[in-house]
Amino acid sequence: MSKLESKIPEGPIETKWSKYKSSVPLVNPSNKRNLEILIVGSGLAGASAAASLAELGYKVKVFCFQDSPRRAHSIAAQGGINAAKNYQNDGDSTYRLFYDTIKGGDYRAREGNVHRLAEVSSSIIDQCVAQGVPFAREYGGLLSNRSFGGTQVQRTFYAAGQTGQQLLLGAYSAMERQVGMGTVQMFARHEMLDLVTIDGKARGIIAKNLVTGELERYFGHAVLLCSGGYGNVFYLSTNAMGANVTAIWRAHKQGAVMGNPCFTQIHPTCIPVSGDHQSKLTLMSESLRNDGRIWVPIKQGDDRSPNDIPEEERDYYLERRYPAFGNLVPRDVASRAAKERCDAGFGVGPSKMAVYLDFKFNMMRYGRVEASKQGLPNATDEEILKLGKEVIKEKYGNLFDMYKQITGDNPYEASMRIYPAVHYTMGGLWVDYDLMTTVPGLYCLGEANFSDHGANRLGASALMQGLADGYYVIPYTIGAYLSKEIATKAIDTNHPAFVESEQRVQKVLDTLLNIKGTKTVESFHKRLGKIMWDKCGMARNEKGLKEAIVEIQALRKEYWSDLRIPGVQHEFNPELDRAFRVADFLELGELMCIDALNRHESCGGHFREESQTEEGEALRDDENFAYVSVWDYKGESQWELFKEELKFENIKIAQRSYK
Amino acid sequence: MSHGSMKINLKVWRQKNAQAKGNFEDHIVNEVSPDMSFLEMIDVLNESIVNKGDEPIAFDHDCREGICGTCSLYINGRPHGPLEGVTTCQLHMRSFNDGDTITVEPWRAKAFPVVRDLVVDRSAFDRIIAAGGYISVNTGNAQDANCLPINKEDADDAFMSASCIGCGACVAACKNASAMLFVAAKVSQLAKLPQGQPERYTRVASMVAQMDKEGFGACTNTGACSAECPKEISLTNIAQLNRDYMRAKFLENA
Ligand SMILES: Cc1cc2nc3c(=O)[nH]c(=O)nc-3n(C[C@H](O)[C@H](O)[C@H](O)COP(=O)(O)OP(=O)(O)OC[C@H]3O[C@@H](n4cnc5c(N)ncnc54)[C@H](O)[C@@H]3O)c2cc1C
Ligand code: SF4
Ligand code: FES
Repeated sequence: MSKLESKIPEGPIETKWSKYKSSVPLVNPSNKRNLEILIVGSGLAGASAAASLAELGYKVKVFCFQDSPRRAHSIAAQGGINAAKNYQNDGDSTYRLFYDTIKGGDYRAREGNVHRLAEVSSSIIDQCVAQGVPFAREYGGLLSNRSFGGTQVQRTFYAAGQTGQQLLLGAYSAMERQVGMGTVQMFARHEMLDLVTIDGKARGIIAKNLVTGELERYFGHAVLLCSGGYGNVFYLSTNAMGANVTAIWRAHKQGAVMGNPCFTQIHPTCIPVSGDHQSKLTLMSESLRNDGRIWVPIKQGDDRSPNDIPEEERDYYLERRYPAFGNLVPRDVASRAAKERCDAGFGVGPSKMAVYLDFKFNMMRYGRVEASKQGLPNATDEEILKLGKEVIKEKYGNLFDMYKQITGDNPYEASMRIYPAVHYTMGGLWVDYDLMTTVPGLYCLGEANFSDHGANRLGASALMQGLADGYYVIPYTIGAYLSKEIATKAIDTNHPAFVESEQRVQKVLDTLLNIKGTKTVESFHKRLGKIMWDKCGMARNEKGLKEAIVEIQALRKEYWSDLRIPGVQHEFNPELDRAFRVADFLELGELMCIDALNRHESCGGHFREESQTEEGEALRDDENFAYVSVWDYKGESQWELFKEELKFENIKIAQRSYK
Repeated sequence: MSHGSMKINLKVWRQKNAQAKGNFEDHIVNEVSPDMSFLEMIDVLNESIVNKGDEPIAFDHDCREGICGTCSLYINGRPHGPLEGVTTCQLHMRSFNDGDTITVEPWRAKAFPVVRDLVVDRSAFDRIIAAGGYISVNTGNAQDANCLPINKEDADDAFMSASCIGCGACVAACKNASAMLFVAAKVSQLAKLPQGQPERYTRVASMVAQMDKEGFGACTNTGACSAECPKEISLTNIAQLNRDYMRAKFLENA
């Protein structure tokens, strides 16, 4: 790669996107029918892109590794989706959403992209309602909102604690409608294992049919990677078991550069680890922080049950440290504060690595409103609490049930125990304003790209970004490229580039199967996760990161000499598939540490212990680090760093404060 | 963080592929902790199987938090095991006792052929949705969302139907292997919303036709589906489907 061009349109921020839309080249309908688009991933980003592009007339093929596109991990999003509708009349606007997102991202995102996201946010809600997405409503029949961290307005739309499910099923239905019409072809249980480039342009993929083990070749005039986040590099995360980095990592090795790979979001409210058998972590939605108060005992090592600890012996540390935002500070701030309390010996529960999240205060508050509505002025505290529990149940019932199921404790009766866990990756493939990577014709949408969230994503903004990318951005921006491709005929998949790419994959599979060592994929994945969590997790420092790099290199060597995979390629073999994914994680982990080591400042979720204020808050270094770190792959353990300078023309850059 | 002390005897269905004949295989899992999920217990078993040089038990799973609908184990004769309103991945070992023998099988239905061991092919569900489980609206200029007030009760009702996770437990539970509850959940969701009205009757007709084509059995109202559904999708959805289907047929013939 020679030069990074973000291609942000000229002009004032408010008109960049509308001007772009009215001047971008179009592709006429008859040409669209001859243009083929491959989409890897069927989550919010992939499914919305597939539906919208097929509606426009393009020929679309979609791939996912699950048995059905409806199972992409977007399905698990709980809390909600943001939009600057200002339905609550509480001072929201496109500018405010734009501002909150840039500030929430600790001034490490691109203004142009983020403003566009804020602009299209409203249309997403309209579109989803038209599709029949059953958002929560008020008694008057209008849409209901709640608030999320890092904002002071109520702009989050939701469907109980299952917002992602409802949005994804909306996008999935829209896509299946196109499947029915023959404009989208769906390939479930297919995993992309390599990108095919011809004359420097993305022209196809190699995918493994996970049922038969066959490698298959697919041609496209353009390829969209919508493969989600790579938080599973930490082994334990809130991501699905199958979530992986392979699609974007293989593209990275073919020339697509990575942006800010070390920016990881550690979510403050997850169910704590219970033992060595733990295979994943479960999120308790941020929306709970609307009605929950986070605390630890004032006394270190206080072993009493939470109900026995009286008010005056509780430290509501977020409210104490951040009076302006209280329990609604952004995630990075809340997570670090929890770690600080636990490290200082105030943690609770069997592992002492947990804090409490309490609902009683708000149950009483809601209970009093209900009692008054129902004309019960003399209700006892007990009756009020009962009424309040009902309200909480309606709002968060599924989350409370989930908590009970996993921990065996009843959260209606006592405070929940929570601890931060890896949740989201802000980093990903670098893209320009068109969402195109540095490989022409290769796009990246949704969580897989690095674009809109800087160093920390605000809650309810990932669903917004995934759908913005798929419904409203790519249908326009792809025209800029495909309008120049109308003369390109479909390329035969016997072309040498396809053959070569398939051989590359075959070689990796053969090597993996022939190691015949002694250790399972799982055991390596766990060890990698531990290195990442200990040394590239919530707090990072130079010494730890340097050690981590050496340890990961050694682990990788061991992997390729002592891995054991049962069975053969040509069968349904999940161990083999996982081995391919972990092989890529073992390379990504190293790059994440290199990136974290390079960024000698703290910003958002990236906390370098060497760079903090006296009060222990993240301390940015705008003079030296107001850039996106962009890494170009040069061979094993070798990357070249490029920098995309970030210019803030519409927002005054300032030290972030939620006090 | 200790290991547990429960001992579990497993009888697991093994089947190499769709064509192969399957059989039960016995395994013993030691040191099971009550805090483990059922799938984590199988993870532990699989680790030991691989360490011995054998092939692990294949099973479907992804989110492990009860929402994606991927996990699909038939445990002691019940889809998703003994608890109500819970998927396999949310089932924890504290629901079992030390020394228990547990039988684990795949979903069994003609329309869900076995892929391997406990993994089945549920793509028939996607084809049913593709036949009509949507509202025909292209991406673009939908009206402002609040121009369409919807009675809260209807919206909540539609949401309840829409919470189906497409797992297929209803089919596995039904002696006829009928997909009625799954289809009815989608039909009712859209029938309860104003947006769903224009295509209401063509939708139900196409979805039912596709369901029949896939080889699912007929519904004889035994109610096993709803009783075993991890999302407790109610039988009223089926009643709604039947009403709409009758009307659709009447309209077709009129
Ligand atoms: C538990 C949880 C709760 C969340 N809650 C919220 C919330 O309330 N609000 C919010 O805004 N955000 C939330 N998020 C974040 C948000 O859900 C995700 O960032 C977003 O849904 C990602 O969408 P996506 O389309 O980019 O990827 P995904 O939905 O993860 O989809 C990835 C797709 O790519 C496919 N894929 C991946 N690799 C390959 C490959 N190699 N070959 C073929 N296919 C492949 C997968 O099969 C899948 O179809 C939450 C995240 C989690 C984990
Ligand atoms: S109706 Fe229930 S059992 Fe059937 S697919 Fe939906 S969630 Fe599963
Ligand atoms: S694994 Fe997703 S519902 Fe069980």
